[in-house]
Amino acid sequence: MAQGQMAPGIVAGRLSSDELTSNFSDLHPPLQPHEAAVAADRCYFCYDAPCVTACPTDIDIPLFIRQIQAAQPQSAARTIFDQNILGGMCARVCPTETLCEEACVREAAEGKPVEIGRLQRYATDTLMAADEHPFERAAPTGKTIAVVGAGPAGLACAHRLAMLGHDVVIHESKSKAGGLNEYGIAAYKSTNDFAQAEVDWLLKIGGITIETGSALGNGVSMEGLLDAYDAVFLSIGLAGVNALRAQGAEKDGVRHAVDFISDVRQADDLANLPVGRNVVVIGGGMTAVDAAVKSKLLGAEHVTIAYRRGRDAMGASRYEQDLAASHGVRIMTNVQPVAVHGNGAAVEIELEYTSSEGGSLIGTGETVRIPADQILKAIGQNLDGAPKGLQLEGNKIAVTGAGRTSLAGVWAGGDCAAGGEDLTVTAVAEGRDAAMDIHASLSA
Amino acid sequence: MADLTTNFLGISSPNPYWLASAPPTDKEYNVRRAFEAGWGGVVWKTLGAEGPPVVNVNGPRYGAIYGADRRLLGLNNIELITDRPLEVNLEEMARVKSDYPDRALIASIMVPCEEEAWKAILPRVMETGADGIELNFGCPHGMSERGMGSAVGQVPEYIEMVTRWCKKYYDRPVIVKLTPNITDIRKPAAAAKNGGADAVSLINTINSITSVNLDTFSPEPSIDGKGSHGGYCGPAVKPIALSMVSEIARDPATHGMPISGIGGVTTWRDAAEFISLGCGNVQVCTAAMTYGFKIIDELTAGLSEWMDEKGYSSVDEVIGRAVPNVTDWQYLNLNYIAKAKIDQDQCIKCGRCYAACEDTSHQAIAMSEDRVFEVIDEECVACNLCVDVCPVEGCISMEPMAAGEIDPRTGREVQPEYANWTTHPNNPMAKAAE
Repeated sequence: MAQGQMAPGIVAGRLSSDELTSNFSDLHPPLQPHEAAVAADRCYFCYDAPCVTACPTDIDIPLFIRQIQAAQPQSAARTIFDQNILGGMCARVCPTETLCEEACVREAAEGKPVEIGRLQRYATDTLMAADEHPFERAAPTGKTIAVVGAGPAGLACAHRLAMLGHDVVIHESKSKAGGLNEYGIAAYKSTNDFAQAEVDWLLKIGGITIETGSALGNGVSMEGLLDAYDAVFLSIGLAGVNALRAQGAEKDGVRHAVDFISDVRQADDLANLPVGRNVVVIGGGMTAVDAAVKSKLLGAEHVTIAYRRGRDAMGASRYEQDLAASHGVRIMTNVQPVAVHGNGAAVEIELEYTSSEGGSLIGTGETVRIPADQILKAIGQNLDGAPKGLQLEGNKIAVTGAGRTSLAGVWAGGDCAAGGEDLTVTAVAEGRDAAMDIHASLSA
Repeated sequence: MADLTTNFLGISSPNPYWLASAPPTDKEYNVRRAFEAGWGGVVWKTLGAEGPPVVNVNGPRYGAIYGADRRLLGLNNIELITDRPLEVNLEEMARVKSDYPDRALIASIMVPCEEEAWKAILPRVMETGADGIELNFGCPHGMSERGMGSAVGQVPEYIEMVTRWCKKYYDRPVIVKLTPNITDIRKPAAAAKNGGADAVSLINTINSITSVNLDTFSPEPSIDGKGSHGGYCGPAVKPIALSMVSEIARDPATHGMPISGIGGVTTWRDAAEFISLGCGNVQVCTAAMTYGFKIIDELTAGLSEWMDEKGYSSVDEVIGRAVPNVTDWQYLNLNYIAKAKIDQDQCIKCGRCYAACEDTSHQAIAMSEDRVFEVIDEECVACNLCVDVCPVEGCISMEPMAAGEIDPRTGREVQPEYANWTTHPNNPMAKAAE
């Protein structure tokens, strides 16, 4: 039985199963063939197209859209996968509004870009539904490369290496591959267990072995990897989460947004997933928006995003902010948490207004208390457990060129590596490029 | 409001829009609906000789060419002339005409190329009270294999002969409908005139195969795995029709002969263009088949609106206005020099002009690092391709150079006077004439 939005505390079953199913259905339903033809026809096939420049993986977007126009979505998919083997997931989760679609000349012309993301999904879904893998492996090189972490960067790197004829062993700490595609990312963007389906499809290339429950410091050491393999690619993500500096932050009901999101993604039945009546999410990035929207979709009565700076400084794009607002999430800006109140469990959060003076943020002293039985911290992740001997840059692994670390034979990419935005698509590009560089150096 | 009443060959109709002889005018039911909707006239679906009527295919009769949103751009038709008995058609025509005396009703006829055949049918048509006849010398499919339709229209001597018979046995206006499946449209038009035709109507449909099924390798439309060329019509054929109409309108041999314009008329604007090229009215088919008879409301309102804007009070004032401006290439002014100009405020930086010019034309557009596209006047020949491929209407324009300016491409001064190829020093024949 649904307990309703008014039930106090953090409880499961605020909404009925039907409501939950509807709430967590596809954010953007897939295009039907005729819709795709019409959407594709809007592409101008620009010269040296700005959308390609804006794509971290340099997908030849005008070409794949033209292939959709010419009624060959599977060829379009090959064009996409040539550059981005996780093109299916990227079609779902890329913030296209700040990448290809922002650069689309039709955005400039009429504020309505070509729907590149949805067209990409149309193409990739078509090919993946045919259950074929479009690539073949080159002749075996006899080399084996270790990839640490089966997130987007690791998978992209492994696939490219396998294509080039190398064998790959992926060490993954969790029980499933996929990284944030599996454990992070808004559920309403990756429905029907797409992340696992994509991993299974990707592995059809062959030559890739995944060892789950295996991580640096947990059965694997850098020295051991370097001894056993011809090269190592680190794509270990950001396992650490930043701490909330507020009085009472240890109270029950306060937790990391990434853990909450992971629980939603891994839930067998969303009706069993507890959520607060009054949820406050601390932070201003995509994780904050995802956590807030998910809370609302699970049936929380009031959901507030509390961000310490102004709206323009939020990491979440305007589109994401609007998405949150359209789901009834309240966005408070220029407030920072100072205390969590409650007897053992959170009941209220006290926020202090802030202002920016001379580039630094200061509290104004004025505070406001709002009900909060669940507080989700989305204030950033950090590199946790970087192998010793690797040079760091701003708390991430320093890299040069295509992901070369300070250690010979070790490459890194994805969120754990310095440079680039922390996006799936960026991770794919870094994994792919590192693979090409590893291949070049092993072939030299 | 401009008066759209037209008087074509003495046949009055409340507007210049007639439905062409085709499936929409095959029977009383449709024609009544058309008149109720407001159409000015109809050319009844082509009648054949007395006796067992023709038999049509019972598979697909049409094929189509589409835009991305299934907007119908071109239609192909393999339907024959009416497959209903002559008597039935004639009775219906008489009834309709008597109920709609203010509308034009024309009988389209296609009978064998024998005088007796025409002599037999014409009095029967006369009795219906139809306002005139149209000789179907145009249909390119089926009937042509039996020596009729375009098989007649492709032989000027036959056209002249049959037209003469018709003038002999029928005393109302005779319109000759021409096939475009011929090298020089002026020849059949002149033949019609010589035979005594009161007018020509054109174009009939163009031989076509809309597509090939790549699984069965059958042309479309496919009848049990085989296809035959059909007649192409719809918006796609309008440019061909306009050119043919203009050739007849400006040829001294046929200049001034009334023309009923046909071929892809879809909006009021198409009609205005046909009329300006010398047509006294227009005939519509594919647009009605695509959208239904109600389009007549837009066709009439649009034409009227445009005429009001331009200050024309009757269709007669528009007829032929563009004809004097249709000329031969050799008379185009070679001293007229234009340059493409890109309005940077409107440019959306797609680069299509650059790709088109750089790859396929004169390398006359420069692209900067930050995607600013500018015309290189030293190279621009004003070909207009950039204008044609630019997705933003009005962003690129062709600006004429003023006399006295120096054309950066040639280094020569722009001359004020008109000068064409016949007088150009590069023309060996011009030199020979000196």
